Amino acid sequence: MMAIGSLQFLIILIFSPLVQGLIKTLKAKMQGRIGPGVLQPYYDLLRLFKKEMVVSNVTSWVFKATPYIVFCSSLAASMMVPIVTAGFSFGAFGDVIVIIYLLALGRFFMALGGLDAGTAFGGEGSSREMTVAILVEPMMMLAMFTAAISAGSTNIAQIAVSDHAVYTPSHLLALAAFVVAVVAETARVPVDNPDTHLELTMIHEGMLLEYSGRYLGLMEWSYCIKQMLLFTICADIFFPFGLVAREGLEGLGFSIAAYAIKMTIMAVLMAFVESSRAKLRFFQLPGLLGGAFVLSVLSLLTYIMMGTK
Amino acid sequence: MEILTLVYIGCFSFFFGGTASVFANPKTRHNLYIFPVIGGIFMAAAGLQLINGHEFVMLPYSLTPYLDLRFNAGPLAGLFIFAVSVLTSAVSVYTIGYAKGMQRGGFKGLFYNLFILSMYAVLFSGNIFTFLVSWETMSIVSYFLVTFDRTESSTIAGLIYALMTHIGTAFIIALFFMLYKYTGTADFDAMKGKMELVPQEIKNIIFLFSLIGFGTKAGVMPLHTWLPRAHPAAPSNVSALMSGVMIKTGIYGFIMIGLDTLGQCPEWWGITVIVVGSVSAVVGILYAIMESDIKRMLAYSSIENIGIIMLGLGASLVFRSKGLNALSSLALLAALYHVLNHSIFKGLLFLSAGSVLHGTQTKDMEKMGGLLKKMPYTGLFFLIGSVSICALPPFNGFVSEWLTYQSLLFGFETSSTLAKIITPLGGAALALTGALAGAGFVKVFGISFLGLPRSEHSANAHESSSPMIWAMGFLAVLCLLYGVFPGIVIDNLLSPVVLSVTGSQMVPAKAGMFGYAVNFATYTPALALTLMLVAFVFAVMFLYGMGGRTKIVYGESWDCGIPALNSRMQYSAMAFTKALRQIFKKIYLPRRELAVSYIVKPFFVRSIRYKGEITPFVEKHLFEPLTKSIHSLAERMRELQSGSLHVYLGYILITLMSLLILLRCG
Repeated sequence: MMAIGSLQFLIILIFSPLVQGLIKTLKAKMQGRIGPGVLQPYYDLLRLFKKEMVVSNVTSWVFKATPYIVFCSSLAASMMVPIVTAGFSFGAFGDVIVIIYLLALGRFFMALGGLDAGTAFGGEGSSREMTVAILVEPMMMLAMFTAAISAGSTNIAQIAVSDHAVYTPSHLLALAAFVVAVVAETARVPVDNPDTHLELTMIHEGMLLEYSGRYLGLMEWSYCIKQMLLFTICADIFFPFGLVAREGLEGLGFSIAAYAIKMTIMAVLMAFVESSRAKLRFFQLPGLLGGAFVLSVLSLLTYIMMGTK
Repeated sequence: MEILTLVYIGCFSFFFGGTASVFANPKTRHNLYIFPVIGGIFMAAAGLQLINGHEFVMLPYSLTPYLDLRFNAGPLAGLFIFAVSVLTSAVSVYTIGYAKGMQRGGFKGLFYNLFILSMYAVLFSGNIFTFLVSWETMSIVSYFLVTFDRTESSTIAGLIYALMTHIGTAFIIALFFMLYKYTGTADFDAMKGKMELVPQEIKNIIFLFSLIGFGTKAGVMPLHTWLPRAHPAAPSNVSALMSGVMIKTGIYGFIMIGLDTLGQCPEWWGITVIVVGSVSAVVGILYAIMESDIKRMLAYSSIENIGIIMLGLGASLVFRSKGLNALSSLALLAALYHVLNHSIFKGLLFLSAGSVLHGTQTKDMEKMGGLLKKMPYTGLFFLIGSVSICALPPFNGFVSEWLTYQSLLFGFETSSTLAKIITPLGGAALALTGALAGAGFVKVFGISFLGLPRSEHSANAHESSSPMIWAMGFLAVLCLLYGVFPGIVIDNLLSPVVLSVTGSQMVPAKAGMFGYAVNFATYTPALALTLMLVAFVFAVMFLYGMGGRTKIVYGESWDCGIPALNSRMQYSAMAFTKALRQIFKKIYLPRRELAVSYIVKPFFVRSIRYKGEITPFVEKHLFEPLTKSIHSLAERMRELQSGSLHVYLGYILITLMSLLILLRCG
């Protein structure tokens, strides 16, 4: 199990573009289009990695370091999360706060990379991204704190395997808040439009505007990794079924199947949310995200008021 | 070496450096700053010895039969002495380069060394009298340093600073009087043993006074208004010391009285401190992100970090009131680690800001840009400082924030509902300040160092001299080391101190020198770093396999096909956080003035004048009414001084008769 545990991040590394492709295809189907096909992100990445890059001469080494920092922090974070087996994340790995702050490290440098080219688009993307982060972080942390408090630790494997009931009102409220946080962090409608080509509506895309070739490939791949990682965290904290290690090959098969189902459900949910909503105007976001913050506070208060478990 | 010897050599170094610089040749005067460096190293060694339990007691000097100067120190003081010394050495190395060719540098050197000596005196104080004398000296000398450049803004800044620090000192004197009255002794060590003689209501008052009095020095809201004025006004090396260690003496005083001396405490003390800390942290960073002046932004950020330290201290008090001493130790550990960390990265940031000021001759972010290419080392070290202060792994800020989160989350173990609600909300406040700090420092670093230069100042910037770079580099390396090896820091620096204050070891084990564990939650920074390096190696190999060597063509930034992209088209500092100004407008209460003049209305605009500002809430709604009412009271009292001799004689007569009547009846 140790070997499996140490290599399970490969699942995220390899299959994250597939999840992205799945979401895009589902969105297309829901919107009455044919869609690009589930394997399209792989083709895009392969194409990007082979291309020559054009880099602005205004930029500095921060621009060139950012794709690597973003990629490494996302991948390091996904190495810490239990995906199909919880056995590896105990002890040294897998603290929820560490994972979130590793993603924050990536975001910090992405924002810097956006400012580096000296254009208005990058600045806009950076400014908006940091503003959205300010509104999302407390909500996400509080939702996870509720789960951590009920499990007695912030270690994500501990939360996953502990016996905390997942259907209490407090956990459902926390789940609602966390789903909104995932939508915001993965830059999906209604917070941001990942398919837009209008600079005026870009948040995440705005920061990537100047990147090309393999740098863009790394950034896109990091985005897919971060997305699948957040889905995994959501599943681990709120739906840990199938994660508790059963012995042997059949246990592993069961875990993998359970994980695949959970990812598919999250993908369907994301596609549904994106297709059924319009993107909010930027200054309407505090309303949405503030409301989700209230939900997370409520989940905490509910947990306290209704006693332990 | 014995502590006494180390302290003597260290203090003598500072003393010599100070006096010598008054008489030195202006051309070589800056080299005299090697003495504070040496002094700092010796005092750091002394601090380490104190932390590890070696005793330090000096015979008291009697000034008069009733007032004697008593110097002694324990582990807690030792930790703060160590923090002061490390930063002092680094800043003094920096000053060797910074002070070259400085105006009136002789007295500046004197005041600088005196300032540091007075901080040591505060930390080494063993009784009330010594403490107050050192505290006053520290305040006065720093006042001279703040107003050193004799401009109008620094004079006002110095005045406000002097006023507020004396208000705080008044509260401190009051609480010391109360302690003396009830315990009968002025020695801090002896006082601890006699605390049962103090009734609980008096203890409550003492606690509140210590929060107000020491909080003023530390920069806790709402007593912080002097900080954003005084720290930018002082020269950069002094700002680094003020922000890095002087405000920590306030924290030292608060821990000494509030936690150490007062002993057992009711729950509401801790809750108050947590609330005060959260407000300080959130509002402090909210104001920081709106600033366009680098040093003011860093000053507000110091207020935020003091708030974070107070969060840890508050949690410690709450746990102590429930008798959960192990958890109380954990929270205190988090707070003290943040004290260490903040002194290092804030010192680094102020030194880098000073370097930027030196290289561009401006503090205004709106005039900067593209400095990373002109000042690569300053930029790199400023970046490291920013990443550290935003609590991002693997640097040191994250370790203390992680510990603070853990201790706040454990608030759930207490049995009181109030603590159960407040502590996780304190955690949410901490998350909010982390995100806000991220935005603020992306803004500072991005606008100042990246992009195109926005003015001549930044286009012609030059890098700083070697001593300045070495000093910043040293602090940056410390940031990394404190972040990657928390186990070493905790074992050698913090554990003994925490043990001495709370009398108990912390919640379970440490995971060896590379990490730290709290009740199943572990943070091993070396592991996170290793994983990132593994990922990096993978990325590099994968990309090479995919596409061969990196092929880059350099071109223009994407300009939508419009040529002549210039620096005016970038985001400005004010624009970067405009969205937040709008979102939080109930807190900021922004005002704007817009004046547009037209050639042909409304199509051809001749000029636009825009002025936008935010309302400093505490100044406007707390201090301005207070000063106005004091002024009006003073105006009324002026009527008593009518200038007529007869009226004054009448006053004397009335007073005399009242006293005689009182004596007769009393």
